Amino acid sequence: MKSDDFLSKNISNITHALESVIFAEDLCRAPGLLQGLDARVKVATVVLFVLVVGLARSLPTLGAVFILILAFGLLSKIPLGLFLKRILIFIPIFTALIAIPALFITPGDPLVTVGSRVIITEQGARTAGLLVLRVTDSLSFGILLILTTRWTDIPAALRWFRVPSLFVAVLGMTYRYIFLLLHTANSMFLARRSRTLGTFSGKENRRWLGQALGTTMAKSQQLSEEVYLAMLSRGYRDEGLAMNSLTLRRRDFLWVAFALAAASMLLWSNWL
Amino acid sequence: MHIPDGYLSPATCGVMYGAAAPFWYVASTRVRQALTGRTVPVLALFAAFSFVVMMFNVPLPGGTTGHAVGGTLLAITLGPWAAVIGVSVVLGIQALFFGDGGLMALGANCFNMAIVLPLVGYFIYKVISSNSEATSTRRLVAAVLASYIALVVAAFVASIEFGLQPHFFHAADGTPLYCPYSLGKAISAMMVGHLLIAGPVEALATGLVFAFLQRTHSSLIKADVPGKKEGKVWLLWGALGLVALATPIGLLASGTAWG
Repeated sequence: MKSDDFLSKNISNITHALESVIFAEDLCRAPGLLQGLDARVKVATVVLFVLVVGLARSLPTLGAVFILILAFGLLSKIPLGLFLKRILIFIPIFTALIAIPALFITPGDPLVTVGSRVIITEQGARTAGLLVLRVTDSLSFGILLILTTRWTDIPAALRWFRVPSLFVAVLGMTYRYIFLLLHTANSMFLARRSRTLGTFSGKENRRWLGQALGTTMAKSQQLSEEVYLAMLSRGYRDEGLAMNSLTLRRRDFLWVAFALAAASMLLWSNWL
Repeated sequence: MHIPDGYLSPATCGVMYGAAAPFWYVASTRVRQALTGRTVPVLALFAAFSFVVMMFNVPLPGGTTGHAVGGTLLAITLGPWAAVIGVSVVLGIQALFFGDGGLMALGANCFNMAIVLPLVGYFIYKVISSNSEATSTRRLVAAVLASYIALVVAAFVASIEFGLQPHFFHAADGTPLYCPYSLGKAISAMMVGHLLIAGPVEALATGLVFAFLQRTHSSLIKADVPGKKEGKVWLLWGALGLVALATPIGLLASGTAWG
C-alpha cells in the first residue's frame, strides 16, 4: 500500500468523524419537533421504537416505520438528503455482508428460477428484506436521536435511568477527550503527509503507525494524570454532578402518549 | 464485529445484557478499589485512546488495511476490569453518537468485545508472560498471541449469537426472522474473516504499540508482582469460561444427547 493512500485514508476517517459531530451539534439547536423534547423522553421512546422494530415480522410494518421516521426527520428540520446519506453510508456495508448472501442460500419455495435451478427463494427474499428494513429503521432512530439531542443531555438522561455513575462520568469525559485525541492524531498524520515526498514501504508505515499509536497512548496516560490533578484542585471528590437539569413539559407527555399509541398500532398491524 | 440492531432477536439482546451485567458490576467494584479518585480521568482517557485505535487503518502486508479493537492492549496496560469498562464506554459512544453498532445489541457487542475480548486476552497474556521482565521478548510474543486469540474468540462468541437466531426465531413457513445463517455457516463465515484479516490486524497493532511501549514507556507495562498467586485463579476461571462459551456447539451435533 502506498504511504499517501494509507495516510489519506486515516486523515479522511478522522475528519469525517469530527465533521459528523459538528453537523449534529448544529442540528440539535434547530427549532424542530424532537429538539423540543426532554432527552429522557427521547431516549426512552427511541428505545421503545427500536424494540418495536426488533419485534416486527412484517415488511409493510417495517416500511411504515421508515415513513414515520422520515416524517419525524422533516418535522425536526433535518435536511432529507443529508439524513438519507447518513443512513445509506451504513446500509451497503451490512447488506453486502449478510442480507445479499441470504437471498441465495436460504432454503424454501422458489421465487426466481433459471431453468430447473432455484436461484432465489421466497423465504430468502423475505429474510433479506426483513434484515435490510430492520437495520435501516433501527439505525435511523439512533441517528434521529443523535441529530436532535445535545450530547451533554445524554449523560444526564442516563443518570436518570439509573445507569451507574461511574459509567456515566467516564462516558461524558471520554466523549470530550475523544476529540482532543482525534485532533492530535490527525495532526500527526497531516505532519507526516506534509513531510512525505516519495512513498514508504508497508513495513515502514507499520513501524510509524506503532510509534504514533504508542505516543498517543503515552500522551493519554500523562494527560489523565494532569486532568486528575486539575479536577482535584477544583474540588473534585470522586463523584460527578450533572450541570444541566432536565424538566418535563406538557409536550413531553403528549409525545409519550403518541409514541405508546404508535408503537401499539405498529405491533397490532404486525400480527394481523 | 459491531452488531447492528436487527440481526439479533430482542430476546437474545435481553439475555446478552443480562450476561454482561455481572461483569460490569464486578468491573466497576474492582476498578473503584484499585484506582480510587483517579478512576474517572484514567478510564476516560484510555477509553478515548481505544476509540482512536478503532478509527486507525492499520496497513497489512499484501496491501489491505483493517481496524483494531485494542481491548487486549488496554487490559495489559490498565488491567482486565478497567478494560471491561473502558471498551464498554467506547462501544456505548459508538452506538449512541456514531450509529456504529445497535442500541439494543449494545449488550451483545459489549459482551463480545468489552468482556470476552479483554478477559481472554489478559488471561492468555498472563499465562505466557508470567515471571518475565517488562521489556522481554516473551512478553511481546504474549501480547501479540493474546490479542490475536482474544479477537478470534470474541468473533467466535459473536458467531454463536448469530448462529442461534435461525434455530430459535423463524416464521411458520421457515423464514428466518433475524440473522439467517445456521451455526455452521455463521461460525465458518466469521472465523475465516477474523482468522485471516481482523485477527492479524489486532495482533499487529497490539505488537507495534507494545514494542514501542517496551522501548520508551516500559512503566506502562505492569510487571508481575513476585509471590502473587493470581495465575491459578485465572486459569480456573479461564477454563470454566471456555467450557461455558462452547456449550451451544452441541447444537451442531446430530442425534440426541444419548447418541
